[in-house]
Amino acid sequence: MSVKQSGSSRGVTRRQFLAGTVGAACAAGLAGLGLVSYTRQASALPAYAIRPPGALAESDFLGACVRCGLCVRDCPYDTLRLAKPGEDVALGTPYFIAREIPCEMCEDIPCVVACPTGALDHSLTDIDKSRMGLAVVVDQETCIAFRGLRCEVCFNVCPARGKAITLEMQHNARSGKHARFIPIVHSTDCTGCGKCERACILEEAAIKIFPLHLAKGIQGEHYRLGWQEKDKAGQSLVTPDVEHKYNLPEGMGYDYEGQGLIIEEQAAETPYPDDPLETLNRGKDRI
Amino acid sequence: MANKAAIGQDALIEKGWWKSHQWLVWRRLSQLSVLALFLLGPWFGVWVIKGNIASSLILDTVPLTDPYLLIQVLLTRHLPETTAVLGAVIVLGFYLLVGGRVYCSWVCPVNMATDFAAWLRRRFGITSAARLSRNTRFWLLGLTLAMALVTGTLAWELINPVTAVYRGLVFGMGLGWTVLLAIFLFDFVIANRGWCGHLCPVGAFYSLIGRVSAVRVSAIRREQCNDCMDCFIVCPEPQVIRPALKGSDETSPVIRDGACTNCGRCVDICSKDVFQFGLRNSGKMNSQVANHQREVLS
Ligand code: SF4
Ligand code: SF4
Ligand code: SF4
Ligand code: SF4
Repeated sequence: MSVKQSGSSRGVTRRQFLAGTVGAACAAGLAGLGLVSYTRQASALPAYAIRPPGALAESDFLGACVRCGLCVRDCPYDTLRLAKPGEDVALGTPYFIAREIPCEMCEDIPCVVACPTGALDHSLTDIDKSRMGLAVVVDQETCIAFRGLRCEVCFNVCPARGKAITLEMQHNARSGKHARFIPIVHSTDCTGCGKCERACILEEAAIKIFPLHLAKGIQGEHYRLGWQEKDKAGQSLVTPDVEHKYNLPEGMGYDYEGQGLIIEEQAAETPYPDDPLETLNRGKDRI
Repeated sequence: MANKAAIGQDALIEKGWWKSHQWLVWRRLSQLSVLALFLLGPWFGVWVIKGNIASSLILDTVPLTDPYLLIQVLLTRHLPETTAVLGAVIVLGFYLLVGGRVYCSWVCPVNMATDFAAWLRRRFGITSAARLSRNTRFWLLGLTLAMALVTGTLAWELINPVTAVYRGLVFGMGLGWTVLLAIFLFDFVIANRGWCGHLCPVGAFYSLIGRVSAVRVSAIRREQCNDCMDCFIVCPEPQVIRPALKGSDETSPVIRDGACTNCGRCVDICSKDVFQFGLRNSGKMNSQVANHQREVLS
């Protein structure tokens, strides 16, 4: 076999080359189409999966996180994990399940510091400002506080105790004479760390962390609450109403804020004394 | 010409086992020790290196980031922290020095599976071959970059078997082994060197680095070649050998094709010691330069 000739004799014709190229392009195109629909599906985030503190908004996070697991490694409580193939969470991305191991809200936030890409936002330096999700009392039928029993476990384990969850005293209509202490979550302070969900004494927690977009309603932008606007402006924004007056007989009034109909004392002047006996006696005198 | 059953037989006889397997052994050692270093932390609490091949931290100080991933991150229009950028520069520099696809043959764990599949094919004489262009990988590479740009997410990372397998080994496999098995079977049954040689966009990316990287294999003693074809048979990218080995005196004996993985199998397998690791511009290049100079001067 001649060494010099073998190079050219094995050459590819233009036709073969084109066919190969077109074939390769088609294969790539097909793969692309498949991938697009798969991406949509595979990057949906199930509600139980909570992102680490400081995680960018989900769509940005999926572009920024390289799935290196450095956040996972630096979490001292083994809270975080990377999604494995076969799990519902976008492959390789970090998350935690509050009911299993919640976030302990480290003051120095090692997970955020460890993130090389900024998928966990390095501008988060105060863990109280993180918003991993929001606690929601999802089931008022099983939460024993709603049944009038004293529980308050979620209230007590909350790292922002008394701020993120408060207890509201309500009348217990069942017994008619007791109080109920209802846990109320406040998004102003709840970080979504999940300690409440972890601690809920029920078999399946009645308080759960949801991603913010699932947990929160969003008010229409045009929406204004009169009393807030009034506070902001320092005065009523419309001409104050002339107070309505019922057309009542003299000596009577109406209190809009509670008492209702008022019969004024002085109008009660009557020819008759308070004690009916006296009237009778008076009558006898006249006779 | 050696027949197929006796690939490497000549080398074994002439050079002995060690000399005819040396680079293969170093390479497996390298792949396994990189993996071992990553596992030292989670298994024994010794944190030499943390993370996985996507991005990692050596001794809590030196960051490493896969430049291919970083490019995708940039395409999603996320501006990464400097740590990731620095890490990518370090990794890029390293592969620019030692050879782009050193990533493939010295680090990537998938390579062990695909090499095994290729070895089995040789052993059992399986020749079934799906017709695939070796350029498909560049289309797929383009596709993965386009996906990042269009979806704004690292779409490729949702299925990338290379990082999935590595992450699986270091962080827990889940169903990840099915990915590895699928690649193995694809290479074993459907296409020779199917995944790494034709499809993998990660390898395609690193082959681009390989086009300019410094360390290259050179067919420096090519005049001693006895056409046994052993190198063509064991090489995962046989098309890269021909221009260097069979080139004219005017051309360089250095294998400059980026697809060469610097695996060194050709160095091992050649009973005539034709191949040797060297630098991109070494060896017969000098005579080429000399020729060029002569032309310029005259
Ligand atoms: S704040 Fe602390 S406990 Fe919470 S995820 Fe980060 S490292 Fe883990
Ligand atoms: S450290 Fe950052 S980039 Fe790495 S897995 Fe965690 S969030 Fe993703
Ligand atoms: S081609 Fe891809 S899978 Fe094969 S060794 Fe290289 S990076 Fe790994
Ligand atoms: S040319 Fe040699 S070093 Fe390069 S891929 Fe082939 S066998 Fe490996």
